[in-house]
Amino acid sequence: MVDEHEQTAAVLDAVDAIADRIDAETDHLTDLDSAVGDADHGANMSRGFAAARDQTEDMADASPADVVKTVGTALISEVGGASGPLYGGSIMKASAALAEGLTEEATIEFAETYLETVQDRGDARPGDKTMVDALVPAVHTYRKSIEEDDLPPLTALSKAVDAAERGVNYTVPLRARKGRASYLGWRSVGHQDPGATSTLFILEELLDVAAEHLDGEVDRDATSPTIPDEDLEE
Amino acid sequence: MVGIVVVSHSERAADGVAEVAIEMGGDAGIVPAGGGPDGGIGTLAPDIKAAIREADDGDGVVVLVDLGSAVMNAEIAIEAVEDEIDARIADAPLLEGALNAAVAAASGDTTVETVLEKAEEAREYRKLD
Repeated sequence: MVDEHEQTAAVLDAVDAIADRIDAETDHLTDLDSAVGDADHGANMSRGFAAARDQTEDMADASPADVVKTVGTALISEVGGASGPLYGGSIMKASAALAEGLTEEATIEFAETYLETVQDRGDARPGDKTMVDALVPAVHTYRKSIEEDDLPPLTALSKAVDAAERGVNYTVPLRARKGRASYLGWRSVGHQDPGATSTLFILEELLDVAAEHLDGEVDRDATSPTIPDEDLEE
Repeated sequence: MVGIVVVSHSERAADGVAEVAIEMGGDAGIVPAGGGPDGGIGTLAPDIKAAIREADDGDGVVVLVDLGSAVMNAEIAIEAVEDEIDARIADAPLLEGALNAAVAAASGDTTVETVLEKAEEAREYRKLD
């Protein structure tokens, strides 16, 4: 494991990359949210991550967990919609898992605590057409890839991002059962969920930054089966 | 006396509901917390937390919420102060719940539990018949 200073640098790079990506996708997220919600997801997320970048810029000497926690509190303070408590509150709570640094085990615990907090707070389950539809496959794939398939963390993260992408696509035909989109009933069918989409964007940036810092190559393919079919490998 | 916080996505709605509640239970500490960043539509956990602190005089606070992120941000605000203040979210309609809570709190000799119970009775109110 790299030293704490390097870990913090990686986390700060991730905050920067996510803030840039969300800023670039503001209109895209707003368009998705105009179809099923209140058209504020792009602006809210963009403002939130800009604040997170501002509030962490002098934290090069802080621990990675403290940087992540500060990102959470910035999102809670700056995002007016449901994404504030869902993203910010969950990041803040999960940051405690990183207290001993960014070990494999700590990243798994972070991901699982994050997912659990989002589900508790938002009371959403897979199939409700929410960010949970991207998160559940991503978190489960990450854990399984490391613990059962013995894959290196970067490969595991890559597979998790693929799983999140499939989850985002899966939200399109669903009828929303949680969040503002649920007020639309059947009219929510056919639209991609904005929260699942922003979750995927964040995971994609985490993967890019992780690949840079670990000097690794990533090969993404959301159409590849997560569970290898042994019979086909003869 | 038990304090009351009124949380709405709209700053004006929160102020307005608090205004109506103050008329009915003026002695109670009723604090609105409405609107998102820059006064837009939304709710903010830090604003709700500040309102809970302002409403509390040591007897606890009942929080009335409208919907969605108001509930989640109120939960985060309550968790942030839970070591010092006994604050609870009422599962009740915003205006009717705030009125009931205000009247109950102003009648004195009440606890967070009884004010919460009164606020939640508002779920059963019907407008016609």
